[in-house]
Amino acid sequence: MAPGAVEVRAGAVNFWEYLSSRHQQLFTDAYQHASAVFQCMVVATAIGVLIGVATYRSQWAGNVATTTTATFLTIPSLAMIGLLIPVVGLGVPPTVIALTLYGLLPVVRNSIVGLRGVDASLVDAANGIGMSRPARLVRVELPLAWPPILVGIRVATQMMMGIAAIAAYASGPGLGNEIFRGIGSLGSKNALNQVLAGTLGIIILSLLFDAAYVLIGRLTIPRGIRA
Amino acid sequence: MPEPASDTSAESPAGNAPEERTAGSGHASTTGATIELEHLTKRYPGSRDAAVDNVNMEIRAGEIVVFVGPSGCGKSTTLKMINRLIEPTGGRIRIGGEDVTDMDPVKLRRKIGYAIQSSGLFPHMTVAQNIALVPRMTGWPKGRIKARVEEMLDLVGLDPGEFHGRYPRQLSGGQQQRVGVARALAADPPVLLMDEPFGAVDPITRDHLQDELIRLQHELHKTIVFVTHDFDEAIKLGDRIAVLRERSHIAQFDTPEAILTNPADDFVSGFVGAGAALKRLNLTRVRDVEVTEYPTVTVDDPLQEIFNRLRSSGTNEILLLDKRGRPYKWLRRGDLMRARGSLARAGTLVHDTVTLDATLRDALEAVLTDNAGRVAVTGRRGEYIGVVDMETLMNSVHELLEADRLDAMEHQHELEETRAQQTHFEQEGVDTGEAKA
Repeated sequence: MAPGAVEVRAGAVNFWEYLSSRHQQLFTDAYQHASAVFQCMVVATAIGVLIGVATYRSQWAGNVATTTTATFLTIPSLAMIGLLIPVVGLGVPPTVIALTLYGLLPVVRNSIVGLRGVDASLVDAANGIGMSRPARLVRVELPLAWPPILVGIRVATQMMMGIAAIAAYASGPGLGNEIFRGIGSLGSKNALNQVLAGTLGIIILSLLFDAAYVLIGRLTIPRGIRA
Repeated sequence: MPEPASDTSAESPAGNAPEERTAGSGHASTTGATIELEHLTKRYPGSRDAAVDNVNMEIRAGEIVVFVGPSGCGKSTTLKMINRLIEPTGGRIRIGGEDVTDMDPVKLRRKIGYAIQSSGLFPHMTVAQNIALVPRMTGWPKGRIKARVEEMLDLVGLDPGEFHGRYPRQLSGGQQQRVGVARALAADPPVLLMDEPFGAVDPITRDHLQDELIRLQHELHKTIVFVTHDFDEAIKLGDRIAVLRERSHIAQFDTPEAILTNPADDFVSGFVGAGAALKRLNLTRVRDVEVTEYPTVTVDDPLQEIFNRLRSSGTNEILLLDKRGRPYKWLRRGDLMRARGSLARAGTLVHDTVTLDATLRDALEAVLTDNAGRVAVTGRRGEYIGVVDMETLMNSVHELLEADRLDAMEHQHELEETRAQQTHFEQEGVDTGEAKA
């Protein structure tokens, strides 16, 4: 274990001092954490909505899609990353793959629920006035299913925030490094501070993302269907 | 406002289906096209009986045909096969003479207006966006779409400035239904399909919407196919009514008058329900019956003149008109005796009148509530035209029913003849309908 520079200093190092001395590193970790979650979220949303669109019309396919994605969730995140390391190596790849897989379930499920929840008479009307299938999907079904899909994205993001911390186990980026360093040096002066800084950082990031989603909802949900 | 819009549409070189544009009464809008259904059949996989079984029907251009029947009889399915929301498993559909059975359904539907129960408006779009959908999909230029939206809102009786930017949830049920009709008509289709469009609104609003539809049809002359389970609605709106029984078998396809006076069988008469003669009164307007003349005087006439007129008329009563020729008071002989030089307090005020456009049912209502059993008929500005009393009503109704009966008999005779001819053809194996097979 390579103890941090601050740790060697004698005397109690309180949390605030720790933060101010290490803010550079913390900001970098936080930025990488957020960036990893954001990018994986975009990928998970794209794939998830596509899966939803492809399967919502059939009862059977929809169930298969939801069950499959739900199975990913039951795999403990540590095990998942552990299983991925021999396949794709250390670092960013296992992190991105694991996060995306975990993010899929809420997005897929809410896409299917949202698309299936579009009033049948509206689908009938869309067909009846001569909309083609793609037009109906883009102009009617997806806009109406968007609020539940956005909720799915929000839930997925919250989940991924926590899971991204585990990525440090595979030498991935993010605030998880801070936590793992703390756990690795339990008993030392800074161990608690490190774990605390990592955890609080993740919570703050989650709140910031959530606020962003509220704003996105305001901007993208049409006024006619806003609750 | 509608004038310049329709002008541009007529001159637009890229106008859709310009061959269908006829300059009917100065309005450059598309009027109705014929619809022919030949041996139309829908059989769902796995079920033994067809849901719609061999429907043959000819709908004339510009008429309103109402499909009416108990729920589950296949009337909606038949309607949805016309725009192929439900693909027929057999038979042909021709619109305006053109066989559309194998045409691209998306293109077909853009030429057929479609209005449904619960309006089917898209809640995430404004009223204007909803109405503009079909014109936008067919690629109208922006300016023309904008003008068209205003014109359509105007047409269905909503103020464009006020309703343009509203969302469907900000409208009442009746207003939503109006917008639904506006959207269906926006691209000026020759044919309009309506699937129980007024089924979900309250009775008063429904009545208004029905009146509006009749007014619209007077202007537009579209071919309208209307589905309902409400026979009274069918009578009110239909030029012809198709009473359907299970599997969409046509029990009777005829004018409302003929169905009321001469139902083809027990099923139809059961569906017509009680009070067919009373319902018949709804179909005739006061202008269609003989309005009797009645002796009248005006308030400006001197009293002596009024006396003389009453005496010479041989009636017991005379109608006093006000300065603008509107019915004012009924004067009896006794009233005049007691008048003593002034008419200010004499006679009974006319409290109820009917217009020429009122139905005979309205007239009967008024006659029944009047204590002398007659009601004054007025013109557009309330001016006196004549009087309808119990006797005229009775006579007219008898005449009407008699005429209906004769018509129906003649019609039945014709039908039997064509049917005989058809069986003859079928036996010979030269039926045109089989030619495709």
